[in-house]
Amino acid sequence: MDLLDTFFNVPILIRTFPMLMSGLWITIQIGATSIIAGLVLGLFLSLIRLYAAKPLVFIARIYIDIFRSIPLLVLLIVVYYALPFVGIRLSPFFSAVVALTLVSGAYTAEIFRAGIEAIPSGQFEASRALGLSYRHMMVDVVLPQAVKIVIPPLTNNCINVMKDTALASVVAMPDLLKQATQAQALAANPSPLIGAALIYLAFLWPLVALVSRFERHMGQRGAR
Amino acid sequence: MSSFIEIRNLNKHYGAFAALTDIDLDIAEGEVVCVIGPSGSGKSTLIRCINLLESFSKESTILVDKIPVEPGKHLAQVRAEVGMVFQSFNLFPHMTVLRNIMLAPLRVRGLSEAKAEKKARELLDRVGIGEQAEKYPGQLSGGQQQRVAIARALAMEPRVLLFDEPTSALDPEMVGEVLDVMRDLAGTGVTMIVVTHEMGFARQVADRVIFMNGGKIVETGKPEVIFDAPKEPRTRDFLSAVLNH
Ligand SMILES: Nc1ncnc2c1ncn2[C@@H]1O[C@H](COP(=O)(O)OP(=O)(O)O)[C@@H](O)[C@H]1O
Ligand SMILES: [Mg+2]
Repeated sequence: MDLLDTFFNVPILIRTFPMLMSGLWITIQIGATSIIAGLVLGLFLSLIRLYAAKPLVFIARIYIDIFRSIPLLVLLIVVYYALPFVGIRLSPFFSAVVALTLVSGAYTAEIFRAGIEAIPSGQFEASRALGLSYRHMMVDVVLPQAVKIVIPPLTNNCINVMKDTALASVVAMPDLLKQATQAQALAANPSPLIGAALIYLAFLWPLVALVSRFERHMGQRGAR
Repeated sequence: MSSFIEIRNLNKHYGAFAALTDIDLDIAEGEVVCVIGPSGSGKSTLIRCINLLESFSKESTILVDKIPVEPGKHLAQVRAEVGMVFQSFNLFPHMTVLRNIMLAPLRVRGLSEAKAEKKARELLDRVGIGEQAEKYPGQLSGGQQQRVAIARALAMEPRVLLFDEPTSALDPEMVGEVLDVMRDLAGTGVTMIVVTHEMGFARQVADRVIFMNGGKIVETGKPEVIFDAPKEPRTRDFLSAVLNH
Protein backbone atom coordinates (compact mmCIF):
# COMPACT_ATOMS: atom_id res chain seq x y z
CA MET A 1 0.00 0.00 0.00
CA ASP A 2 2.86 2.33 0.92
CA LEU A 3 4.66 1.42 -2.26
CA LEU A 4 1.61 2.22 -4.33
CA ASP A 5 1.21 5.60 -2.62
CA THR A 6 4.85 6.41 -3.29
CA PHE A 7 5.23 5.29 -6.90
CA PHE A 8 1.70 5.21 -8.26
CA ASN A 9 -0.17 7.84 -6.31
CA VAL A 10 -3.38 8.23 -8.28
CA PRO A 11 -4.48 11.64 -6.93
CA ILE A 12 -1.01 13.07 -7.65
CA LEU A 13 -1.02 11.50 -11.11
CA ILE A 14 -4.41 13.06 -11.85
CA ARG A 15 -3.27 16.45 -10.50
CA THR A 16 -0.03 16.47 -12.56
CA PHE A 17 -1.55 14.89 -15.67
CA PRO A 18 -2.06 18.24 -17.51
CA MET A 19 1.60 19.10 -16.91
CA LEU A 20 2.69 15.77 -18.31
CA MET A 21 0.42 16.23 -21.33
CA SER A 22 1.85 19.66 -22.09
CA GLY A 23 5.30 18.06 -21.83
CA LEU A 24 4.28 15.26 -24.17
CA TRP A 25 3.07 17.80 -26.71
CA ILE A 26 6.48 19.51 -26.68
CA THR A 27 8.25 16.15 -26.93
CA ILE A 28 6.15 15.35 -29.99
CA GLN A 29 6.90 18.74 -31.55
CA ILE A 30 10.64 18.37 -31.04
CA GLY A 31 10.60 14.77 -32.27
CA ALA A 32 8.42 15.34 -35.32
CA THR A 33 10.32 18.45 -36.44
CA SER A 34 13.67 16.69 -36.05
CA ILE A 35 12.48 13.55 -37.82
CA ILE A 36 11.15 15.46 -40.83
CA ALA A 37 14.16 17.77 -41.06
CA GLY A 38 16.45 14.75 -40.59
CA LEU A 39 14.72 12.90 -43.45
CA VAL A 40 15.22 15.82 -45.83
CA LEU A 41 18.82 16.30 -44.74
CA GLY A 42 19.48 12.56 -44.94
CA LEU A 43 18.05 12.14 -48.44
CA PHE A 44 20.08 15.09 -49.62
CA LEU A 45 23.27 13.79 -47.99
CA SER A 46 22.77 10.28 -49.36
CA LEU A 47 22.44 11.57 -52.93
CA ILE A 48 25.60 13.65 -52.49
CA ARG A 49 27.37 10.69 -50.94
CA LEU A 50 26.41 8.48 -53.91
CA TYR A 51 26.46 10.73 -56.95
CA ALA A 52 28.20 14.07 -56.35
CA ALA A 53 31.73 15.09 -57.36
CA LYS A 54 34.57 13.58 -55.32
CA PRO A 55 35.24 16.52 -52.93
CA LEU A 56 31.56 16.76 -52.05
CA VAL A 57 31.38 13.00 -51.50
CA PHE A 58 34.31 13.33 -49.14
CA ILE A 59 32.65 16.16 -47.19
CA ALA A 60 29.41 14.18 -46.94
CA ARG A 61 31.28 11.14 -45.63
CA ILE A 62 33.13 13.18 -43.02
CA TYR A 63 29.85 14.78 -41.95
CA ILE A 64 28.10 11.42 -41.67
CA ASP A 65 30.94 9.86 -39.68
CA ILE A 66 31.27 12.80 -37.28
CA PHE A 67 27.59 13.01 -36.45
CA ARG A 68 27.26 9.29 -35.99
CA SER A 69 30.20 9.30 -33.58
CA ILE A 70 29.45 12.29 -31.38
CA PRO A 71 27.27 11.62 -28.32
CA LEU A 72 24.01 13.49 -28.75
CA LEU A 73 24.15 14.91 -25.23
CA VAL A 74 27.58 16.42 -25.93
CA LEU A 75 26.35 17.91 -29.21
CA LEU A 76 23.28 19.37 -27.54
CA ILE A 77 25.33 21.00 -24.79
CA VAL A 78 27.77 22.39 -27.34
CA VAL A 79 24.91 23.85 -29.38
CA TYR A 80 23.15 25.36 -26.37
CA TYR A 81 26.00 26.40 -24.06
CA ALA A 82 29.03 26.85 -26.37
CA LEU A 83 27.64 28.47 -29.51
CA PRO A 84 26.48 31.61 -27.64
CA PHE A 85 30.20 32.41 -27.14
CA VAL A 86 30.45 32.92 -30.93
CA GLY A 87 27.22 34.87 -31.00
CA ILE A 88 24.91 32.03 -32.05
CA ARG A 89 22.13 31.91 -29.49
CA LEU A 90 19.45 29.30 -30.13
CA SER A 91 16.32 28.81 -28.03
CA PRO A 92 16.13 25.53 -26.09
CA PHE A 93 13.60 24.25 -28.64
CA PHE A 94 15.84 25.02 -31.62
CA SER A 95 18.95 23.77 -29.88
CA ALA A 96 17.25 20.42 -29.34
CA VAL A 97 15.86 20.30 -32.89
CA VAL A 98 19.20 21.27 -34.44
CA ALA A 99 21.17 18.68 -32.47
CA LEU A 100 18.64 15.91 -33.14
CA THR A 101 18.37 16.81 -36.84
CA LEU A 102 22.13 16.88 -37.40
CA VAL A 103 22.48 13.40 -35.92
CA SER A 104 19.30 11.92 -37.38
CA GLY A 105 20.29 13.27 -40.81
CA ALA A 106 23.58 11.39 -40.64
CA TYR A 107 21.89 8.09 -39.75
CA THR A 108 19.13 8.64 -42.30
CA ALA A 109 21.71 9.32 -45.01
CA GLU A 110 23.31 5.93 -44.41
CA ILE A 111 19.90 4.25 -44.42
CA PHE A 112 18.96 5.84 -47.75
CA ARG A 113 22.35 5.06 -49.23
CA ALA A 114 22.03 1.39 -48.32
CA GLY A 115 18.49 1.38 -49.75
CA ILE A 116 19.55 2.92 -53.05
CA GLU A 117 22.59 0.67 -53.31
CA ALA A 118 20.33 -2.34 -52.85
CA ILE A 119 18.58 -1.51 -56.14
CA PRO A 120 20.09 -3.71 -58.88
CA SER A 121 22.22 -1.86 -61.43
CA GLY A 122 19.94 -3.18 -64.18
CA GLN A 123 17.22 -0.82 -62.95
CA PHE A 124 19.49 2.17 -63.51
CA GLU A 125 20.64 0.85 -66.89
CA ALA A 126 17.10 0.23 -68.11
CA SER A 127 16.10 3.75 -67.02
CA ARG A 128 19.04 5.32 -68.80
CA ALA A 129 18.55 3.22 -71.93
CA LEU A 130 14.95 4.44 -72.08
CA GLY A 131 16.18 8.03 -71.99
CA LEU A 132 14.76 8.92 -68.56
CA SER A 133 16.36 11.98 -66.98
CA TYR A 134 18.25 11.57 -63.72
CA ARG A 135 15.32 13.08 -61.84
CA HIS A 136 12.75 10.75 -63.41
CA MET A 137 15.00 7.76 -62.88
CA MET A 138 15.22 8.55 -59.17
CA VAL A 139 11.58 9.59 -58.65
CA ASP A 140 9.85 6.94 -60.76
CA VAL A 141 12.18 3.96 -60.61
CA VAL A 142 14.80 4.02 -57.86
CA LEU A 143 13.29 5.79 -54.85
CA PRO A 144 9.92 3.96 -54.86
CA GLN A 145 11.85 0.67 -54.64
CA ALA A 146 14.35 2.04 -52.13
CA VAL A 147 11.57 3.35 -49.86
CA LYS A 148 10.22 -0.17 -49.34
CA ILE A 149 13.66 -1.31 -48.27
CA VAL A 150 14.32 1.63 -45.93
CA ILE A 151 10.99 1.82 -44.10
CA PRO A 152 11.95 -0.60 -41.29
CA PRO A 153 15.33 1.05 -40.50
CA LEU A 154 13.78 4.51 -40.88
CA THR A 155 11.06 3.64 -38.38
CA ASN A 156 13.77 2.42 -36.06
CA ASN A 157 15.54 5.74 -36.44
CA CYS A 158 12.30 7.60 -35.65
CA ILE A 159 12.03 5.63 -32.41
CA ASN A 160 15.58 6.61 -31.50
CA VAL A 161 14.91 10.29 -32.22
CA MET A 162 11.73 10.23 -30.11
CA LYS A 163 13.62 8.62 -27.24
CA ASP A 164 16.48 11.08 -27.55
CA THR A 165 14.13 14.05 -27.26
CA ALA A 166 14.29 13.40 -23.51
CA LEU A 167 17.79 14.88 -23.58
CA ALA A 168 16.20 18.26 -24.33
CA SER A 169 15.34 18.48 -20.65
CA VAL A 170 19.00 19.30 -19.94
CA VAL A 171 18.66 22.58 -21.84
CA ALA A 172 15.61 23.52 -19.79
CA MET A 173 13.12 22.51 -22.44
CA PRO A 174 9.78 21.71 -20.74
CA ASP A 175 9.41 18.38 -22.54
CA LEU A 176 7.77 15.30 -21.05
CA LEU A 177 10.75 14.34 -18.90
CA LYS A 178 11.39 17.88 -17.64
CA GLN A 179 7.72 18.36 -16.75
CA ALA A 180 7.76 15.06 -14.93
CA THR A 181 10.81 15.98 -12.86
CA GLN A 182 9.25 19.35 -12.04
CA ALA A 183 5.96 17.74 -11.11
CA GLN A 184 7.87 15.32 -8.92
CA ALA A 185 9.53 18.23 -7.12
CA LEU A 186 6.23 20.04 -6.65
CA ALA A 187 4.38 16.99 -5.38
CA ALA A 188 7.36 15.67 -3.43
CA ASN A 189 6.47 12.29 -4.88
CA PRO A 190 7.99 10.28 -7.77
CA SER A 191 4.66 9.17 -9.26
CA PRO A 192 4.84 11.74 -12.13
CA LEU A 193 8.15 10.17 -13.21
CA ILE A 194 6.47 6.77 -13.35
CA GLY A 195 3.61 8.42 -15.25
CA ALA A 196 6.08 9.88 -17.76
CA ALA A 197 7.80 6.53 -18.22
CA LEU A 198 4.42 4.92 -18.90
CA ILE A 199 3.56 7.63 -21.43
CA TYR A 200 6.87 7.08 -23.28
CA LEU A 201 6.12 3.37 -23.29
CA ALA A 202 2.55 3.76 -24.53
CA PHE A 203 3.79 6.02 -27.28
CA LEU A 204 6.85 4.06 -28.49
CA TRP A 205 5.83 0.46 -27.89
CA PRO A 206 3.50 0.38 -30.91
CA LEU A 207 6.31 1.69 -33.13
CA VAL A 208 8.69 -0.95 -31.84
CA ALA A 209 6.04 -3.61 -32.47
CA LEU A 210 5.62 -2.24 -36.00
CA VAL A 211 9.34 -2.58 -36.70
CA SER A 212 9.31 -6.16 -35.46
CA ARG A 213 6.43 -6.86 -37.81
CA PHE A 214 8.30 -5.34 -40.75
CA GLU A 215 11.32 -7.42 -39.89
CA ARG A 216 9.31 -10.64 -39.62
CA HIS A 217 7.67 -9.79 -42.92
CA MET A 218 11.00 -9.10 -44.64
CA GLY A 219 12.46 -12.28 -43.17
CA GLN A 220 9.60 -14.34 -44.63
CA ARG A 221 9.96 -12.66 -48.01
CA GLY A 222 13.69 -13.33 -47.99
CA ALA A 223 13.10 -16.97 -47.12
CA ARG A 224 10.72 -17.53 -50.01
CA MET B 1 24.27 3.43 -98.91
CA SER B 2 24.96 5.95 -96.16
CA SER B 3 25.49 4.49 -92.73
CA PHE B 4 22.91 5.02 -90.06
CA ILE B 5 25.22 3.99 -87.25
CA GLU B 6 28.83 4.94 -87.75
CA ILE B 7 31.49 3.65 -85.35
CA ARG B 8 35.03 4.88 -85.86
CA ASN B 9 38.15 3.80 -84.06
CA LEU B 10 36.23 2.67 -81.00
CA ASN B 11 38.45 1.89 -78.03
CA LYS B 12 37.36 0.98 -74.54
CA HIS B 13 39.58 0.26 -71.57
CA TYR B 14 38.86 -1.02 -68.10
CA GLY B 15 41.99 0.25 -66.39
CA ALA B 16 44.83 -1.26 -68.37
CA PHE B 17 42.63 -3.94 -69.94
CA ALA B 18 41.49 -3.25 -73.50
CA ALA B 19 37.87 -4.44 -73.79
CA LEU B 20 37.49 -3.05 -77.33
CA THR B 21 40.29 -2.26 -79.76
CA ASP B 22 39.96 -0.10 -82.89
CA ILE B 23 36.43 -1.08 -83.83
CA ASP B 24 35.16 0.37 -87.12
CA LEU B 25 31.61 -0.49 -88.04
CA ASP B 26 28.92 0.93 -90.29
CA ILE B 27 25.33 -0.18 -90.08
CA ALA B 28 22.66 0.83 -92.56
CA GLU B 29 19.15 1.83 -91.60
CA GLY B 30 16.92 -1.24 -91.33
CA GLU B 31 19.83 -3.63 -91.23
CA VAL B 32 19.76 -6.60 -88.85
CA VAL B 33 23.21 -7.38 -87.50
CA CYS B 34 23.96 -10.32 -85.24
CA VAL B 35 27.09 -10.21 -83.10
CA ILE B 36 28.56 -13.56 -82.09
CA GLY B 37 31.73 -14.56 -80.30
CA PRO B 38 33.04 -16.20 -77.16
CA SER B 39 32.14 -14.86 -73.75
CA GLY B 40 34.36 -11.95 -72.74
CA SER B 41 35.04 -10.96 -76.35
CA GLY B 42 33.49 -7.49 -75.93
CA LYS B 43 30.06 -8.01 -77.53
CA SER B 44 28.09 -6.44 -74.70
CA THR B 45 30.61 -3.64 -74.31
CA LEU B 46 30.30 -2.82 -78.03
CA ILE B 47 26.53 -2.43 -78.04
CA ARG B 48 26.49 -0.68 -74.66
CA CYS B 49 28.76 2.00 -76.11
CA ILE B 50 26.12 2.81 -78.73
CA ASN B 51 23.73 4.24 -76.12
CA LEU B 52 26.55 5.29 -73.80
CA LEU B 53 25.78 2.84 -71.02
CA GLU B 54 29.57 2.47 -71.23
CA SER B 55 31.82 5.44 -71.82
CA PHE B 56 34.63 5.07 -74.36
CA SER B 57 37.91 6.77 -75.17
CA LYS B 58 37.87 10.37 -76.36
CA GLU B 59 39.43 9.70 -79.78
CA SER B 60 36.59 7.31 -80.66
CA THR B 61 33.41 8.46 -82.37
CA ILE B 62 30.00 6.92 -82.66
CA LEU B 63 27.27 8.60 -84.68
CA VAL B 64 23.65 7.48 -84.59
CA ASP B 65 21.70 9.13 -87.39
CA LYS B 66 24.52 11.73 -87.50
CA ILE B 67 24.07 12.57 -83.81
CA PRO B 68 27.30 12.10 -81.85
CA VAL B 69 27.04 9.74 -78.90
CA GLU B 70 28.55 11.78 -76.07
CA PRO B 71 27.59 13.08 -72.66
CA GLY B 72 25.52 16.25 -72.80
CA LYS B 73 22.43 17.46 -74.47
CA HIS B 74 22.47 15.07 -77.47
CA LEU B 75 22.46 12.07 -75.21
CA ALA B 76 18.74 12.14 -74.44
CA GLN B 77 18.08 12.36 -78.17
CA VAL B 78 20.28 9.35 -78.90
CA ARG B 79 18.74 7.31 -76.11
CA ALA B 80 15.25 8.12 -77.31
CA GLU B 81 16.23 6.74 -80.74
CA VAL B 82 18.01 3.66 -79.43
CA GLY B 83 16.08 1.03 -77.48
CA MET B 84 17.72 -1.76 -75.52
CA VAL B 85 16.69 -5.22 -74.38
CA PHE B 86 18.79 -6.86 -71.67
CA GLN B 87 19.58 -10.45 -70.86
CA SER B 88 18.00 -10.07 -67.42
CA PHE B 89 14.91 -8.11 -68.64
CA ASN B 90 15.37 -5.31 -66.07
CA LEU B 91 11.66 -4.60 -65.85
CA PHE B 92 10.57 -2.26 -63.07
CA PRO B 93 9.21 -4.67 -60.44
CA HIS B 94 7.08 -2.10 -58.58
CA MET B 95 5.02 -1.18 -61.66
CA THR B 96 2.43 -3.14 -63.58
CA VAL B 97 3.35 -4.38 -67.03
CA LEU B 98 1.27 -1.58 -68.51
CA ARG B 99 3.05 1.10 -66.42
CA ASN B 100 6.44 -0.33 -67.34
CA ILE B 101 5.64 0.32 -70.97
CA MET B 102 3.98 3.70 -70.45
CA LEU B 103 6.69 5.25 -68.29
CA ALA B 104 9.18 6.45 -70.90
CA PRO B 105 6.58 7.66 -73.42
CA LEU B 106 4.99 9.69 -70.59
CA ARG B 107 8.20 11.10 -69.15
CA VAL B 108 10.47 11.38 -72.19
CA ARG B 109 8.13 11.81 -75.14
CA GLY B 110 5.55 13.75 -73.13
CA LEU B 111 2.60 11.67 -74.32
CA SER B 112 -0.76 12.00 -72.56
CA GLU B 113 -1.86 9.19 -70.22
CA ALA B 114 -4.56 8.11 -72.66
CA LYS B 115 -2.24 8.00 -75.66
CA ALA B 116 0.50 6.23 -73.75
CA GLU B 117 -1.93 3.62 -72.47
CA LYS B 118 -3.43 3.01 -75.89
CA LYS B 119 0.00 2.50 -77.38
CA ALA B 120 1.12 0.25 -74.52
CA ARG B 121 -1.92 -1.99 -74.99
CA GLU B 122 -1.31 -2.20 -78.74
CA LEU B 123 2.30 -3.19 -78.14
CA LEU B 124 1.31 -5.83 -75.61
CA ASP B 125 -1.07 -7.31 -78.16
CA ARG B 126 1.67 -7.24 -80.73
CA VAL B 127 4.05 -9.25 -78.54
CA GLY B 128 1.19 -11.60 -77.70
CA ILE B 129 0.49 -10.85 -74.02
CA GLY B 130 -2.32 -8.31 -74.12
CA GLU B 131 -4.14 -10.05 -71.26
CA GLN B 132 -1.22 -9.56 -68.81
CA ALA B 133 -1.34 -5.75 -68.75
CA GLU B 134 -2.40 -5.37 -65.12
CA LYS B 135 0.03 -7.93 -63.69
CA TYR B 136 3.37 -7.22 -62.11
CA PRO B 137 6.57 -8.48 -63.77
CA GLY B 138 7.18 -10.96 -60.95
CA GLN B 139 3.92 -12.74 -61.85
CA LEU B 140 5.05 -13.50 -65.41
CA SER B 141 7.25 -16.23 -66.88
CA GLY B 142 10.71 -15.30 -68.16
CA GLY B 143 9.58 -15.42 -71.77
CA GLN B 144 6.64 -13.15 -71.02
CA GLN B 145 8.86 -10.73 -69.11
CA GLN B 146 11.27 -10.48 -72.00
CA ARG B 147 8.38 -9.79 -74.38
CA VAL B 148 7.25 -7.00 -72.05
CA ALA B 149 10.80 -5.64 -72.12
CA ILE B 150 10.70 -5.62 -75.92
CA ALA B 151 7.35 -3.83 -75.85
CA ARG B 152 8.78 -1.32 -73.38
CA ALA B 153 11.66 -0.57 -75.73
CA LEU B 154 9.31 -0.33 -78.73
CA ALA B 155 7.06 2.17 -76.94
CA MET B 156 9.68 4.86 -77.52
CA GLU B 157 9.44 4.17 -81.27
CA PRO B 158 13.20 3.71 -81.51
CA ARG B 159 14.93 3.50 -84.86
CA VAL B 160 17.56 1.17 -83.45
CA LEU B 161 17.10 -1.78 -81.11
CA LEU B 162 20.00 -3.30 -79.22
CA PHE B 163 19.60 -6.81 -77.86
CA ASP B 164 22.14 -8.18 -75.40
CA GLU B 165 21.67 -11.96 -75.31
CA PRO B 166 17.90 -11.60 -74.93
CA THR B 167 17.27 -15.35 -74.64
CA SER B 168 20.27 -16.43 -72.56
CA ALA B 169 18.45 -16.17 -69.21
CA LEU B 170 15.39 -18.08 -70.42
CA ASP B 171 14.36 -21.67 -69.92
CA PRO B 172 14.77 -23.47 -73.24
CA GLU B 173 11.04 -23.82 -73.84
CA MET B 174 10.63 -20.02 -73.76
CA VAL B 175 13.41 -19.10 -76.16
CA GLY B 176 11.22 -19.65 -79.21
CA GLU B 177 8.47 -17.19 -78.23
CA VAL B 178 11.01 -14.37 -77.78
CA LEU B 179 12.86 -15.17 -81.01
CA ASP B 180 9.51 -15.18 -82.84
CA VAL B 181 8.82 -11.63 -81.67
CA MET B 182 12.30 -10.55 -82.73
CA ARG B 183 11.90 -12.21 -86.12
CA ASP B 184 8.68 -10.25 -86.67
CA LEU B 185 10.47 -7.04 -85.69
CA ALA B 186 13.25 -7.66 -88.16
CA GLY B 187 10.71 -7.32 -90.94
CA THR B 188 9.49 -3.89 -89.82
CA GLY B 189 12.45 -1.79 -90.94
CA VAL B 190 13.86 -1.10 -87.49
CA THR B 191 17.64 -1.39 -87.29
CA MET B 192 18.63 -4.25 -85.00
CA ILE B 193 21.91 -5.20 -83.41
CA VAL B 194 21.58 -8.55 -81.67
CA VAL B 195 24.21 -10.15 -79.49
CA THR B 196 23.22 -13.80 -79.44
CA HIS B 197 24.29 -17.39 -79.10
CA GLU B 198 21.28 -18.53 -81.15
CA MET B 199 23.10 -19.42 -84.33
CA GLY B 200 19.93 -20.63 -86.04
CA PHE B 201 18.32 -17.24 -85.49
CA ALA B 202 21.43 -15.41 -86.73
CA ARG B 203 21.62 -17.51 -89.87
CA GLN B 204 17.94 -17.05 -90.64
CA VAL B 205 17.32 -13.42 -89.71
CA ALA B 206 20.60 -11.50 -89.90
CA ASP B 207 21.60 -9.42 -92.90
CA ARG B 208 25.12 -9.53 -91.57
CA VAL B 209 26.96 -11.45 -88.88
CA ILE B 210 29.90 -10.07 -86.93
CA PHE B 211 32.30 -12.39 -85.17
CA MET B 212 34.23 -10.83 -82.30
CA ASN B 213 37.16 -12.12 -80.33
CA GLY B 214 39.44 -10.44 -77.78
CA GLY B 215 37.80 -7.03 -78.19
CA LYS B 216 38.19 -6.97 -81.96
CA ILE B 217 35.98 -7.64 -84.94
CA VAL B 218 37.61 -10.70 -86.48
CA GLU B 219 35.29 -11.33 -89.38
CA THR B 220 32.09 -9.93 -90.75
CA GLY B 221 29.89 -11.06 -93.60
CA LYS B 222 26.60 -12.49 -94.76
CA PRO B 223 25.38 -15.34 -92.56
CA GLU B 224 25.87 -17.97 -95.23
CA VAL B 225 29.50 -16.88 -95.60
CA ILE B 226 30.24 -16.73 -91.88
CA PHE B 227 28.51 -19.99 -91.04
CA ASP B 228 29.36 -22.05 -94.13
CA ALA B 229 32.68 -20.67 -95.32
CA PRO B 230 34.39 -18.62 -92.61
CA LYS B 231 37.77 -17.29 -93.65
CA GLU B 232 39.36 -16.84 -90.25
CA PRO B 233 40.55 -19.88 -88.32
CA ARG B 234 39.28 -18.33 -85.05
CA THR B 235 35.78 -18.04 -86.49
CA ARG B 236 35.93 -21.67 -87.59
CA ASP B 237 37.11 -22.80 -84.15
CA PHE B 238 34.39 -20.86 -82.39
CA LEU B 239 31.64 -22.11 -84.66
CA SER B 240 32.72 -25.71 -84.49
CA ALA B 241 32.82 -25.42 -80.70
CA VAL B 242 29.29 -23.98 -80.39
CA LEU B 243 27.68 -26.01 -83.16
CA ASN B 244 29.02 -29.38 -82.00
CA HIS B 245 28.71 -29.04 -78.24
N1 LIG C 1 33.01 -3.22 -65.42
C1 LIG C 1 34.05 -3.92 -65.88
N2 LIG C 1 35.27 -3.83 -65.28
C2 LIG C 1 36.32 -4.52 -65.73
N3 LIG C 1 36.29 -5.34 -66.80
C3 LIG C 1 35.12 -5.48 -67.43
C4 LIG C 1 33.95 -4.79 -67.02
N4 LIG C 1 32.92 -5.11 -67.85
C5 LIG C 1 33.45 -5.98 -68.74
N5 LIG C 1 34.76 -6.20 -68.51
C6 LIG C 1 35.65 -7.07 -69.27
O1 LIG C 1 35.60 -6.69 -70.63
C7 LIG C 1 35.60 -7.82 -71.47
C8 LIG C 1 34.43 -7.78 -72.42
O2 LIG C 1 33.24 -7.94 -71.66
P1 LIG C 1 31.82 -8.08 -72.36
O3 LIG C 1 31.67 -6.99 -73.34
O4 LIG C 1 30.84 -8.18 -71.27
O5 LIG C 1 31.97 -9.47 -73.11
P2 LIG C 1 30.84 -10.35 -73.79
O6 LIG C 1 29.58 -9.61 -73.77
O7 LIG C 1 31.36 -10.61 -75.18
O8 LIG C 1 30.79 -11.62 -72.99
C9 LIG C 1 35.60 -9.05 -70.57
O9 LIG C 1 36.91 -9.56 -70.50
C10 LIG C 1 35.18 -8.51 -69.22
O10 LIG C 1 35.79 -9.23 -68.20
MG1 LIG D 1 27.80 -10.09 -72.76
